[in-house]
Amino acid sequence: MTTDIERVTGTALDRVEGRDKVTGLARYAYEYPADDIAYVVPVPAAIARGTITGIDPGDALAVPGVLTVLSFRNAPPLAGNDPELRIFSSDRVSYRGQMVAAVVADTLEAAAEAARLVHVGYDAEPHDVLLRPDHPEAYVPEKVNPSFPAVSEQGDVEAALGDAAVTVDTTYTTPAYHNNAMEPHATLAVWSGDRLTAYDSNQGSSTARDMLAAAFGLEPGQVRVVSPHVGGGFGSKGTPRPQIVLAALAARAVGRPAKVALTRQHMFAVTGYRTPSIQRVRLGADASGRMTALAHEVEEQTSTLKEFAEQTAVPSRMMYAAPNRLTTHRVVALDVATPSWMRAPGECPGMYALESAMDELAVACGLDPIELRVRNEPEEDPESGLPWSSRNVVACLREGAAWFGWAGRDPAPGVRRDGRWLVGTGVAASTYPARRRPSEATARATADGRFTVRIAAADIGTGSRTALTQIAADALGVPPERVDVRIGDSALPTASLAGGSMGTASWGSAVAMACVRLRERLDGAGGEVPEDGIEARYDTADDIKADAAYARHAFGAQFAEVRVDPGTGEIRVPRLLGVFAAGRIINAKTARSQFIGGMTMGLAMALLEESVPDAEFGGFLNHDLAQYHVPANADVANIDARWIEEDDPHLNPMGSKGIGEIGIVGTAAAIGNAVHHATGVRFRDLPIRPDRVLDRAPQIGGRNL
Amino acid sequence: MDVPSKGTAGGAQRTAARPPARTDVTVSVNGAVERIKVDNRASLLDVLRERLGLTGAKKGCDHGQCGACTVLLDGRRVNACLILAVTVDQAEVVTVEGLTDGTRLHPLQAAFIERDAFQCGYCTPGQLCSAVGMLAEAAKGRASAVTADLADDAPVLDEAEIRERMSGNLCRCGAYPNIVAAIGEVAG
Repeated sequence: MTTDIERVTGTALDRVEGRDKVTGLARYAYEYPADDIAYVVPVPAAIARGTITGIDPGDALAVPGVLTVLSFRNAPPLAGNDPELRIFSSDRVSYRGQMVAAVVADTLEAAAEAARLVHVGYDAEPHDVLLRPDHPEAYVPEKVNPSFPAVSEQGDVEAALGDAAVTVDTTYTTPAYHNNAMEPHATLAVWSGDRLTAYDSNQGSSTARDMLAAAFGLEPGQVRVVSPHVGGGFGSKGTPRPQIVLAALAARAVGRPAKVALTRQHMFAVTGYRTPSIQRVRLGADASGRMTALAHEVEEQTSTLKEFAEQTAVPSRMMYAAPNRLTTHRVVALDVATPSWMRAPGECPGMYALESAMDELAVACGLDPIELRVRNEPEEDPESGLPWSSRNVVACLREGAAWFGWAGRDPAPGVRRDGRWLVGTGVAASTYPARRRPSEATARATADGRFTVRIAAADIGTGSRTALTQIAADALGVPPERVDVRIGDSALPTASLAGGSMGTASWGSAVAMACVRLRERLDGAGGEVPEDGIEARYDTADDIKADAAYARHAFGAQFAEVRVDPGTGEIRVPRLLGVFAAGRIINAKTARSQFIGGMTMGLAMALLEESVPDAEFGGFLNHDLAQYHVPANADVANIDARWIEEDDPHLNPMGSKGIGEIGIVGTAAAIGNAVHHATGVRFRDLPIRPDRVLDRAPQIGGRNL
Repeated sequence: MDVPSKGTAGGAQRTAARPPARTDVTVSVNGAVERIKVDNRASLLDVLRERLGLTGAKKGCDHGQCGACTVLLDGRRVNACLILAVTVDQAEVVTVEGLTDGTRLHPLQAAFIERDAFQCGYCTPGQLCSAVGMLAEAAKGRASAVTADLADDAPVLDEAEIRERMSGNLCRCGAYPNIVAAIGEVAG
């Protein structure tokens, strides 16, 4: 074994599965072969609330090739604690689009045709699907995700606001957003006796295995979930979705392998979404811009099936110094699908509101928005009093300002015109927690000089397979070409989810330590690899329990230049720059892709994306990719991400912080702030659609420039 | 019981019970001639994926809205989910699996790896086939919505042109700048 090679961590290694992905050989869940596969097409509920009075499967069963129609009438009861996954368990309908039946057939064409012929009768009840201010049913939940108190209070916010020289009191709204991974949620289920294999699209095969075992009353060892390639998730494949249960139910019902891929339309109903939010932010500062009060009060929605309370105000507990602070969350349980995880839950919508309000405070104080943020930098985590493991938001703001060309910016809004365009620039800060969760990994040396690392990690496009290859190579002291990383299979050592930007930190810790152990064993064996190989295993659970108490977060700064056409309401973003401080960057190539991908989603959050609730019939009015505007290539211009070196010894063996989510945090605020700078008008409701710009055209400055 | 009454009175009135119409189709797929009997309801995409085992072309929306299923049909880029398989008799289809020359990657495939023009990889086969078709269109002098001179029979594929011409292929991971760079490199 050589030890004198250069470290591969930090370099721009190409994705190790790149060739499989560009040649079409990378297999996703629905694409696995099996003998005699049956096709499953679910039937969505047509009402938002009520009772099923009857299901007539006759016409569906008469379609040639149809094998069975599943519904609450004939499906076996499922266990488990997620009501969204206990499909066909009762005659109740809790939201439009909820699965009420499914057709299983020999061909996809037959199943799709027959699904439209399942006649479902309903006794509909009045429903309520609209989040609105001061909803009479709103309540304070016990916790917000994952386990924060719903309310936090320090000092006396009301008194401090009353005494403040400068105050801002504004309300921002964000709509529902859908994750819309390109690969629909899909599962191929294969039973062999009482053992179940599911080829599934998810963000964690260990988690999906445990859920599936619980649902069917099996031991985890009886279930295997295989997911080596996953076509994106963005949170929507973290919590298992109902298609995995449906495929397993169907396969057992017909005694054949069965597979289901949700339609894009149905994904809008049953795969989760980001809750809409109504956020009131009040800031108080002295004349020099030092904040004395920060209040962030959030209203959002959950479902009648289970409580999901997004932690939207939580970033306001740690972002800035302010001796008086109040953060609250209230939720209302509507007749809707349960909201779920979407990229940077909490931080993404919460920092939109906070960072927009900070810009308003900067204007009110007559201060540069970067300077305002610098003046309110907290020395320690304001709520917990914990020291920061590292905090370099000021460096991101300063370096970003230099790269972006912020110096000399005229703060006057609505005064720059270039042809039909009004031009402005904006900035916002960004943050996301740096956490890790217990995982296990094995590392094995074989006599052929190669190494195999095994862990049930997931690569949903993040580049984790490549990053883990680099981490293992450095820990072993060998070139990455000699390392094979096996992930995406619950038969591998148990691992945490790809979620919360914890994947690489969690899995990398286990992989690095397993490789260190393997080196020790190899050294003990005199460097010789025995004929049948040598292996080491590591479980990080104890290490993580012993982690010292620090406030661990990644930080960043987002800079945007926008052009607004006040005649058409069109907004373009010719330049977007994100600067991040996220510990050691493990792969310079894939990290940049993660950052710019998050920023692209943030750009679309600001300007394009919106799921519109259907007040009359429930569900969402726009439920496909023609009406829900995922950004297209032409929507994105010059977008770049950079990072500053950060040496943080309090994180994990790699010194890394997660990077999958911070890219979306702050982007929408930076764009909104730039729109204000361009037009002189504040748009506080996302997305900033052309019609919203036109509605306020009379107030837009510069029309007569 | 409040059940819609359409066609539920008895088997004799169940009009859907006829066997599906099937048609023999002869089609060249990546250079190999396939003779298959297709369900007339089946899309080219589903026949490629479910009958021919060519799962490179992806289903992202099944409605021609995302471009993940893009293949080349007689040299033109099409959304395979919008093409009924029964209509491709005697046609030539090239999928992402057919872009590789033996083990040698197509220059676009190599550029996509080098430029990290994908993350999850699910839109990638469609992006690649679309890019191949797009370069052929540009070579024929086809204008796009951002082409300044519509009479120009050799439009220069600058970044704006590539972005515009590739906007039928969605990438939720947001690899667009890298896709543009990869295609720009190959377009020269």
